[in-house]
Amino acid sequence: MADLTRKYDVLVIGGGNAALCAAISAAHNGAAVLVLEAAPKFWRGGNTRHTRNMRCAHDSATDTLTGPYPEEELFYDLWRVTGGEMDEELARHMIHESKDMLHWIVRQGVRFQPPLGGTLSLGRTNSFFLGGGRAMLNALYRTAEGLGVAIEYDAEVTDLDIREGMFLSATIMRDGKPLVIRAESLVAACGGFESNFDWMAEFWGPAAHNFLCRGTKWNQGSILRKLIASGVQQIGDPTQCHAVAIDARAPKYDGGIITRLDCVIFGIVVNRNAVRFYDEGEDIWPKRYAIWGRLVAQQPDQIAYIVFDSDVLESFMPSCFPPVKANSIAELAEAFELDPAVLEKTVAGFNAAVQPGTFDHTILDDCRTDGIEPPKTHWARRIEKAPFYAYPVRPGITFTYLGTRVNKQARMIMQDGKPAANMFAAGEIMAGNVLGKGYAAGIGMTIGSVFGKIAGEEAAKNASRKNTG
Amino acid sequence: MPAIEPGVSTNQLTGKAVTGPAQKLPLPHATAAQEEADRLMTLCNSCRYCEGICAVFPAMELRRDFYDADLNYLANLCHSCGACFHDCQFSPPHKFDVNVPVTLAEVRANSYAQYAWPKPLAGLFQRNGLAISIIAALSVAIFVGGFAAWRDPAVFLGVHTGPGAFYKLMPHKTMALIFGAAFLYAILALTFSIRSFWRDIGGGAANAGSLWQAIKDAGSLRYLDGGGAGCMNEDDQPADNRRMYHHLTFYGFLLCFAATSVATLWHYLLGREAPYPWWDLPVVLGTIGGIGLLIGPAGLMAEKLKRDPQIRDDARFGMETAFLAMLFLTSLTGLLLLVLRATSMMGPLLAIHLGVVFALFVTLPYGKFVHGLYRFVALMRYAQESRH
Repeated sequence: MADLTRKYDVLVIGGGNAALCAAISAAHNGAAVLVLEAAPKFWRGGNTRHTRNMRCAHDSATDTLTGPYPEEELFYDLWRVTGGEMDEELARHMIHESKDMLHWIVRQGVRFQPPLGGTLSLGRTNSFFLGGGRAMLNALYRTAEGLGVAIEYDAEVTDLDIREGMFLSATIMRDGKPLVIRAESLVAACGGFESNFDWMAEFWGPAAHNFLCRGTKWNQGSILRKLIASGVQQIGDPTQCHAVAIDARAPKYDGGIITRLDCVIFGIVVNRNAVRFYDEGEDIWPKRYAIWGRLVAQQPDQIAYIVFDSDVLESFMPSCFPPVKANSIAELAEAFELDPAVLEKTVAGFNAAVQPGTFDHTILDDCRTDGIEPPKTHWARRIEKAPFYAYPVRPGITFTYLGTRVNKQARMIMQDGKPAANMFAAGEIMAGNVLGKGYAAGIGMTIGSVFGKIAGEEAAKNASRKNTG
Repeated sequence: MPAIEPGVSTNQLTGKAVTGPAQKLPLPHATAAQEEADRLMTLCNSCRYCEGICAVFPAMELRRDFYDADLNYLANLCHSCGACFHDCQFSPPHKFDVNVPVTLAEVRANSYAQYAWPKPLAGLFQRNGLAISIIAALSVAIFVGGFAAWRDPAVFLGVHTGPGAFYKLMPHKTMALIFGAAFLYAILALTFSIRSFWRDIGGGAANAGSLWQAIKDAGSLRYLDGGGAGCMNEDDQPADNRRMYHHLTFYGFLLCFAATSVATLWHYLLGREAPYPWWDLPVVLGTIGGIGLLIGPAGLMAEKLKRDPQIRDDARFGMETAFLAMLFLTSLTGLLLLVLRATSMMGPLLAIHLGVVFALFVTLPYGKFVHGLYRFVALMRYAQESRH
């Protein structure tokens, strides 16, 4: 158990990659550090548990990376996915710092592996954690503990005392009573609000309650809300979240990577009314991966069904749930309580519209439909070989964009434009500064590690100035 | 075994159970452990975060459906290092309840019984600890009783030294016949078992490349290192000494085997009779190996007792303990015999040692010993298929 009665130099709220990088770098800089993780020990680490890799710039190939990924190229990739919605200076600073991060994080015990099956397309740009995100977390926790960082689990912060941009204390509950914890500096690294469906319902209405959260249930956003209410400047579209289509049978939280489905191009997608609603062949991964969450969210009951046939069953990476199988389209419809006649009509209409072409899922091929609305502009092939299959899908929320504005020191910026006295932020809670929209695989971990390290250093310096001053 | 996770049996959309063939694509499995292993491998195959840890996951990725033989193969590739359990975001208390080390341990143990030869003796793998204990006790009792019955007490409890001393208690020919027969039987039974396993998992003609790869991987315990960080035994700290203890055990065993082989050559080729002086090759090999066989099994046992209960395979505790105890006793009685061979304790100790060794030999095909051969063959299969 951590000593919760003493005053710490640096208080880190959160327990994922950003929080641990902050705690470790603060400890390297001589600070006495306390980490408050809301989750119990097993569930520690927020969404880092579900991650797999980070996207850092590097000038040459390594043991685990197949080639160079210059800063400029990473910046261009980020610019493209965000459509320029970013603080360019901050993004360039992060990307520059990311080069050293590959080495720094390894010194903290994190291990990388070369990408193997299924992820070769990211082999040059992204560094894969050996054993995945939880293995990475376990290494960071071991390192932090070795440096004397105090870690308290089941420690949800219920209140923050902030006066005029100055953090004074945080409150957690212990033995049914509030316990006030004091520290010289604060690092907020506790994610967004994607686990909070009530909050999302403010923008999405009751539909939000049909969403699934791909990650932790602990990102309730309460700290984010308190910081903004205490005068910290907000950044990022408060209404937006990153959503992909995931298997509807996934649990409400923590379904993680194994519930993802990226097979829309191999079939058609129908809604509750058994009709198609969008061009399944519009674009190549990863863009199509990212739009289908939103598309399904706009359908009745926030549900859709990817329908395909036996010919393509083995053409894509399996999910953890088997597809629902039926000998006829009507039987498939009945399994999901869809109208069999309508689904049969939809499939027949689609099949009739398919034009001849040469199928190639790696390019925008010439297999398309003619004369139906919406069209399927690529990869259109008839769904005709029984048995037939379908996956039910729902929007799976990955993260939210709303955050706290920070500067290059990861120091929060107040509404009046002045830097906060002793408050820093790292990870998803400030990702909106450099990722205003969209996503690029692994960039969340880069944001977490780079700004976590910076926030820890700056928070430690801030505390020591205070102590010596 | 835990039920297949939600979703698979319940349609969360309608809240209704989606029944029948419409839901799961079932493969029939012989055991509940294989059903659970199928569930896990299907789940792991949609994640693949562990593919850098060991051979199990890359081998899994070569498959989409998991038949019994595939699961037996994967189970025997697993070294139970524990890393995937601690690295997994879906291990319990997550309701996906992913526990690969324990599930594969069960499938692995069942595979030993499945391929055992002859079939009627497969039952020895059930309550294996008890079976081995009884066989060992009987064997020791027969040797001690036999020596006492056939030899005059003055001989049995007498002091014998110099070449041929042992054979005053049991003629060399008798000893060679009994142990030669026991050893040949063990080799025969093991060969039949391993051959059916190898055929079942689709191993074709063995080639030199994959044989050499398997020798290197098994000899270095390449996959007992948690993917390079070290194994996890007590908790998520990769601070496990099992690899070291296993090396002591395995190479200790090989040295003892070498000692016996050299002694056989000495006897038949050079006409030199045991016991040999302490500096002679059989004794030196046997002593070094024997020390390894004391420290190794004791260390493995200690690590087993410390193991995190979540990844401990309690059902196999008896089988594993029995084999460790047999190795330890073989070495202990052998070393005691070496130290006390010039005293009146020689007769009883020789009887006990021979009893233990005989029991070890005849139970080799029906106990934990087989894990080494199954794993070796699985590694060879892996080398074979990962080349393609």
